[in-house]
Amino acid sequence: MTAPLLDVRDLRTEFHTRAGVLRAVNGVSFTLARGEILGLVGESGSGKSVTGFSLLGLVDPPGRIAGGSISFEGQELVGLPPARLRELRGKRIAMIFQDPAATLNPVLTVGAQMALAVQAHGGGGDRAARDLAARSLARVGIPDAVTRLDAYPHEFSGGMRQRVAIAIALLHQPDLIVADEPTTALDVSIQAQILAEMKALARENGTALVWISHDLATVSSLADRVLVMYAGRIVESGPVAQVLRAPLHPYTRGLLDSLPAMGRPGEMLAQIPGSTPSLLSLPPGCPFAPRCPRADAACAQDPPVVGTEGRMALCHHPLT
Amino acid sequence: MLGFLIQRLLQAALVMLAMSALVFLGVYAIGNPIDVLISPDATQDIRAATIRAYGLDRPLWEQYGVFLGRLLRGDLGRSFVFNIPVLELVLDRLPATLELALASVLIGAFVGVPLGIYAGYRPDGALSRGIMAASVLGFSVPTFWVGLILILTFAVNLGWLPAGNRGETVRVLGAGWSFLTWDGLQHLALPALNLSLFKLAMMIRLARAGTREVMLSDTVKFARAAGLSEWTILRRHVLRLIAIPLVTVFGLEFGSTLAFAVVTETIFSWPGVGKLIIESITALDRPVMVGYLVLVAFLFVTINLVVDLAYAALDPRLRRRARA
Repeated sequence: MTAPLLDVRDLRTEFHTRAGVLRAVNGVSFTLARGEILGLVGESGSGKSVTGFSLLGLVDPPGRIAGGSISFEGQELVGLPPARLRELRGKRIAMIFQDPAATLNPVLTVGAQMALAVQAHGGGGDRAARDLAARSLARVGIPDAVTRLDAYPHEFSGGMRQRVAIAIALLHQPDLIVADEPTTALDVSIQAQILAEMKALARENGTALVWISHDLATVSSLADRVLVMYAGRIVESGPVAQVLRAPLHPYTRGLLDSLPAMGRPGEMLAQIPGSTPSLLSLPPGCPFAPRCPRADAACAQDPPVVGTEGRMALCHHPLT
Repeated sequence: MLGFLIQRLLQAALVMLAMSALVFLGVYAIGNPIDVLISPDATQDIRAATIRAYGLDRPLWEQYGVFLGRLLRGDLGRSFVFNIPVLELVLDRLPATLELALASVLIGAFVGVPLGIYAGYRPDGALSRGIMAASVLGFSVPTFWVGLILILTFAVNLGWLPAGNRGETVRVLGAGWSFLTWDGLQHLALPALNLSLFKLAMMIRLARAGTREVMLSDTVKFARAAGLSEWTILRRHVLRLIAIPLVTVFGLEFGSTLAFAVVTETIFSWPGVGKLIIESITALDRPVMVGYLVLVAFLFVTINLVVDLAYAALDPRLRRRARA
């Protein structure tokens, strides 16, 4: 087996607030092969977005990566000087955000914004930057790409705007794209289109994808493998089909049960009782224990790793 | 865009009409200019003749009509005191005020905006805290006092810069300008600096608040994720995003400095329109007061129009709304 594209070991990202140290990412480890699509699933506040930002070295103060290692093609990213990280961002590792209306600058033309992204990594003159931008827009399925370069973001529909953001991420044909809920702000029909196209583009270019989402259904149609995050930790991981068919962790089970099923209209959705715990005051032991139907006295201790690296869960009482 | 322009021009014309009526009535109410114009021992005949000569025996509405008719032809009347056309008198003084006001708002913008952006970019830095503390001083210390201290320091004690007047001027476009000669520039330095302090403080605060907000936005995060350098982000993204409130304040400050630089002009004996209006109020020189106020209203309306057009140039979303 070749070396993975990305190898994250025991990543810890902390926010030092007045109320104390908030451990948003608390010892996360995973690997990603070249061209692989990885789903990163969890509720709001589970640390999935912070994990994504950590990969690009874009954690805003007061947050910082407190420990662990992120190895990208054998190069250690934790502790890399900001200038070196900037060279990687956009060129080798790109990112797409949730709301394209907020990410694109409303007062610059799409072409101007794309030219800035091209020229951030050399990219030659304005002419060459424009050509590259037009080709990238055409590749994500924006019709009449050359004229659309002179349009402003508000002149695009929501779906088209997200395509522009994707085109910016694809400009330098990066090895890895971190996508932070990029379809959440879109209409359902557009979501499906964008998902299919992202998958095709990633396959075509051999780009690896970390797809962050709260939506298991989205991830299941896209990803090869899935990581389930809860309270800053990965509580379950494995190939997407196995995790969906036979989840090991009660939390994953809960997430699956709360998906609306097509075949049973009118039925009440199952919910996971309670809400995500405050990361400032985590109880000792398993953080999911207060909401878990299988919890008992043992859960006051830190949960053990069940299974192997390829198919694991962090639980005292895994489902089998 | 054309429709937007026509609509704004009509609005401007209405504002001007209302202003001219208000100014005319207001000034009419503040006393009889004849008492100032002729000596108290003049005969009744001379008095009556003078009143007729100035049209002051006519009813108020007729006087306003005559005034308005002349105004439309660009005739603001003759000064009672100097006996030359008001327009000539004001235009003769206006360049001095224009260059003073422009110099002070430009200092405010070109020094204040970069400082404010820096303070917003590094809100916790020691330098940023220093900038913000200085901006509080700029707001709260009275202009006339700073002017006196500037004269005391740079003109009296150090002797580096002159304390008053315009110095050597060059005639361009039929008016004298100080900023085109080294001597004039030296004369301009202190009053312009004095007037700019308040604007500087305002620009710093506005730019800082805008920058702090924009730096947390997804636009900046996305630009960083694309590998843009911080310098490029500040210059190309942030500056454009915070421009609209800055342009608004720039326009308003320019207008109000043009109209009301009175204190600074007095302290530095700067022969601008501010000094002219004070003199004409003391002398009850009614045509000058009315003419001056109408011109000020005209300047304000023009500046606001230009600012509105600048909005459309800065924010493409407004262009579309204006077209619709």
